[in-house]
Parts: sequence; C-alpha cells; structure tokens
Amino acid sequence: MSGRPLSELIASARAAGNLNALVEAIPFARFTGMEIVEEDGKLLARMRAAPHLIGNPMLPALHGGALGALLESSAIFAVVLETPSPRPPKTISITVEYLRSARPVDTFARAEVVRQGRRVATVRALAWQDDVAKPVAAANVQLLLARE
Amino acid sequence: MYGRGMPTDPDALEAINEGMKIIPYNLALGLYVEDATAAGVRMVLPYRPEFVGNPDTGVLHGGAITALLDASCGMAVFLKMAEPARIATLDLRIDYLKPATPLKSVRTWSECYKLTHQVAFTRATAYHDDPGDPIASAAGTFVIFDDTRSPMAQALEDKR
Repeated sequence: MSGRPLSELIASARAAGNLNALVEAIPFARFTGMEIVEEDGKLLARMRAAPHLIGNPMLPALHGGALGALLESSAIFAVVLETPSPRPPKTISITVEYLRSARPVDTFARAEVVRQGRRVATVRALAWQDDVAKPVAAANVQLLLARE
Repeated sequence: MYGRGMPTDPDALEAINEGMKIIPYNLALGLYVEDATAAGVRMVLPYRPEFVGNPDTGVLHGGAITALLDASCGMAVFLKMAEPARIATLDLRIDYLKPATPLKSVRTWSECYKLTHQVAFTRATAYHDDPGDPIASAAGTFVIFDDTRSPMAQALEDKR
C-alpha cells in the first residue's frame, strides 16, 4: 500500500470540507467510480454509471452489491466529516432496502448521522438516480467509531 | 439434478459459472461458485488490491463483501426454485463480525431456507477458510417475478 495514511487524508478532508482526495485513495471507491459532488450546498456521493456495475443486463439494472457499496460508503463519509475520530469507522451492521430497479445511470447518495455516541454512530443513507423523490435504495448503518 | 440436494454435478457447476460471467458486476469482481446444491451455495470473492477499502491495512471494502453476499444469497434462491425466474433483492442485512484478513479470498455459504411463490428468505455467512470463524453473517430476502428476464434464470433453465 502506498500514499498518504488515511488519518492524514481524513484530517485534510475535514479541514477543507472536501473528501475527494480521501475517496480517491480508497481502491474500492475508485473501482466502483465513486466521487463526492456538491449540490445545493450539500455533499453527495455519486457512483458514475459504468458497464461493470450492472447486475442484470437484460433489464438492464445495476447490481444490488454496487448500490450497497455506495450507501455504506456515503454513511462512512458522513461520519468521517462529522466526528473527530482520527481513523475511519468500522461497519458493525448494514441493512439495505432495495426500493426500485436501478437503471445504469449515475446514482447519488446522501447520508444523515441520526445519532452519534462515543462508540457508535447510527446513519441513514438514501440512494436515487434522476429524482430524489424516487429512491432506488436505502440503508441503516451502525458504525463503530475509532478510538482517539 | 442440482435442484434435488444432490452433490454438485460438474456440468451443472460449469453452467452456473458461465451464468455468473454474464452478470457484469459478478464478472468484474471475479466471483465464482465452488459448490452448489439445493442445500446451499459456496461462492468465492478473490482478494484483489482494487477491492481494498482501507489502504493503510489492505482490508477489503465492506461493499465488495456486500456484493458477494448478495450474489450468493441470490444464487441459493435460483437453485431452490423448481422453475428458474427473475429475482431481485428486497433487503439485505449484514453483520460484520471481524475484519477480513488482507490477501485472503472470502467465501460464503448461503442457503435459501424458505421459498414461497413470491418471496425467498436466505441466510449466509462469510469466512476465509473455516465457516466456524466467520467474518460476516447476513440475511436477505428476495422477490420472485413471473418472468425470466435474467441471464442466470435462463442459464439454469437451458441446463435443465
């Protein structure tokens, strides 16, 4: 593994309010084509449309695993921005609900930290494509916060 | 043949893995089935540097394991159905019991423990070598459609 340690990337991401250098340092985020975009002053995770993310080419529809990765990542990004932990949180559990077939287009996700305790953060995440009112998937995520 | 709880027929396993390769995301992740009967499915996610979630430690991203669990639970449903049909994941819950060990492949054992006309219920564990020492456990439900617009349903149908 090479490059700057995550703790350093996390500190600069918080200072700058910009997570893209951190996201770019995560191999699986690159593999799935994730990035952070700002829309109406809010940070969203975007998973760019790509042929390798398809789960059913006959519909066609994105793979549930790719949507799960986007939702889990957006939950982690929210916690990284909103908590002071030096290292990224670890996922304790994630429950993904699949609400609609997701077409092979760009998919967005936002996450809200519902409760942040000393050890655990509870996050709700939502993913949509063209219309935020028509979500394609949602997730509840419990994350274990890294100790100082 | 494989729908009756018999040991995996090599031809059937080959047909299943051919079907897996038609699913682009499964192909991109290198997922493959090692064993498949009506009792359950053993599927493998090979370790690759591009699946890492923590570049400091080399631990796999949870999202890669999510895909493995989703695919293997779905496969357990396909193999339980008398007539393969299109399915879609309704929900998937994953508990992460311990971090995956860097450089090691991850296996899942998935079973469809209840199949109705419209809904299938599955559970799975993910592990490296010993199913008794799991990395993650999962429960997934799937909705069953009345069409076969699914490469996997068609691959299994052709094999019957």
